[in-house]
Amino acid sequence: MAHPRHLSEPRLLQLLLIGIALAYLGLMIFLPLGAVLVQALQDGSGAWVAAVTEPDALAAVRLTLLVASIAVPLNLVFGVAASWAISKYEFRGKTLLVTLIELPFSVSPVVSGLVFVLLFGAQGWFGEWLASRDIEIIFAVPGLVLATVFVTFPFVARQLIPLMTMQGREEEEAALSLGASGWQTFWRVTLPNIRFGVLYGVLLCNARAMGEFGAVSVVSGHIRGETNTMPLQVEVLYNEYNFVAAFAVASLLAGLALVTLLLKSFLEWRHGDELAARH
Amino acid sequence: MLKVRSSRPVLPGFRLSLGITLFWLSVIVLVPLSAVFAKSATGGWDGFVAAALSERALASYRLTFGAALLGAAINCVFGLIVAWVLVRYDFPGKRALGAAVDLPFALPTAVAGIALTTLYADTGLLGRPLAALGLPVAYQPAGVVLALTFIGLPFVVRTVEPVLAEVAHETEEAATTLGATRLQTMARVIFPTLLPALATGFALAFARGAGEYGSVIFIAGNMPFRSEIAPLLIVTQLEEYDFAGAASIAVVMLLVSVAMLLVLNMLQHWQRRKG
Repeated sequence: MAHPRHLSEPRLLQLLLIGIALAYLGLMIFLPLGAVLVQALQDGSGAWVAAVTEPDALAAVRLTLLVASIAVPLNLVFGVAASWAISKYEFRGKTLLVTLIELPFSVSPVVSGLVFVLLFGAQGWFGEWLASRDIEIIFAVPGLVLATVFVTFPFVARQLIPLMTMQGREEEEAALSLGASGWQTFWRVTLPNIRFGVLYGVLLCNARAMGEFGAVSVVSGHIRGETNTMPLQVEVLYNEYNFVAAFAVASLLAGLALVTLLLKSFLEWRHGDELAARH
Repeated sequence: MLKVRSSRPVLPGFRLSLGITLFWLSVIVLVPLSAVFAKSATGGWDGFVAAALSERALASYRLTFGAALLGAAINCVFGLIVAWVLVRYDFPGKRALGAAVDLPFALPTAVAGIALTTLYADTGLLGRPLAALGLPVAYQPAGVVLALTFIGLPFVVRTVEPVLAEVAHETEEAATTLGATRLQTMARVIFPTLLPALATGFALAFARGAGEYGSVIFIAGNMPFRSEIAPLLIVTQLEEYDFAGAASIAVVMLLVSVAMLLVLNMLQHWQRRKG
């Protein structure tokens, strides 16, 4: 919708403001993004391919995919369940529950990792019990998964709660009164109504899960080829002054971020109505 | 009326869905967070104060919260301009620009960290001229501000955009008809409407920046008392097996997080009242 001309600023001021916005985003967004690509390819595409197909890099890619493939579905189930309870029923303490679900967003990633070290680390609450049974959580895959689940905890839920609250429960009640079972109602009525919201939440959840650094850094132990996810591998290579390799792995993550943004913009553009209650 | 209501089917699944929610929330969030509080108390009150309020910890809070405030403030100014431009003007490439605003949400923080460091190091594209001017950024507190400005960029834009889009033409029209200049209309009519959203964006950017780790550690230089952020101090103490010390600083950070959540809830009420 165009803004009426007489309610707008003089053309010169407009150009100035557009110029400032472009300069700011250019400096803060496009330049860093460009730097990643330039650095990754500074020794040619051969060096880039060698860096991303090196065994430790491939192990990091596999680990990142593994961790995300466990953490995202867990938070998906949780997010749908939480949104169902919060949007379809009235109960006391609902506001508090929503606030607690959002809490992980404002907790420092480092603290998000620390909590699991304090629980499951060698000196933690369950440390001795776990050690006596040879169960490894910290410095192993379960710790990485737990830390990732913590930091991505609110993503799906906060997408679906406003959406499902807006949709209400009339359609579900109609399905039930026509004889559908609870699960049938959920799969045939609720899910089709929220599918783009689910997709949107999963998309953002996955991007964060694959890119998380601080929380997994605390629980990982940085064992090469074993507990290094892609972001951790970037750090290790960078600290070894192996800049080309560090930026090569980083460029894969930047690619993931760009694909995420593209899909996100597409969903907003194509299915904006079905995500409408986003804010 | 009552009869109709009682014949309405009861939506099943309340106990199951709430059960899953509470169980998962407890296992992943509440029990782990309580472990931090418990651990910080193991040295008693004196132990907690000694760790949480040591000189080094205080210096790290000053840097962390100061840089987060500064980064959020910078984003208030530029975020407002970006939001204004995206909502009010038409120009080629606007859609791509709008999408790019969210990059700091999507780009892994470690990638942002090494990219900014490479650009702003003394040998970097921007760092070289800045250093020549006597304004080094990388490995300085200024580097922390830069990283937190990057991380907080989307918040102000994304909170202000929808509110700005809904400012009614009639209100502006009325101000103009009553003789207000364009600048007066912007400052006295539009800006006050945006204030709650702007404050919300500021608070979100601050909260995110205060806890940020990945993008900062590469560019900060990490010198104790000078360029060491509080989350890094937690990691350092953890590596020295000082679990109670790490937990004590984490408690301070968590209390700030909770305070920010309360502030944000209040801001939301303010925004709703205004809307």
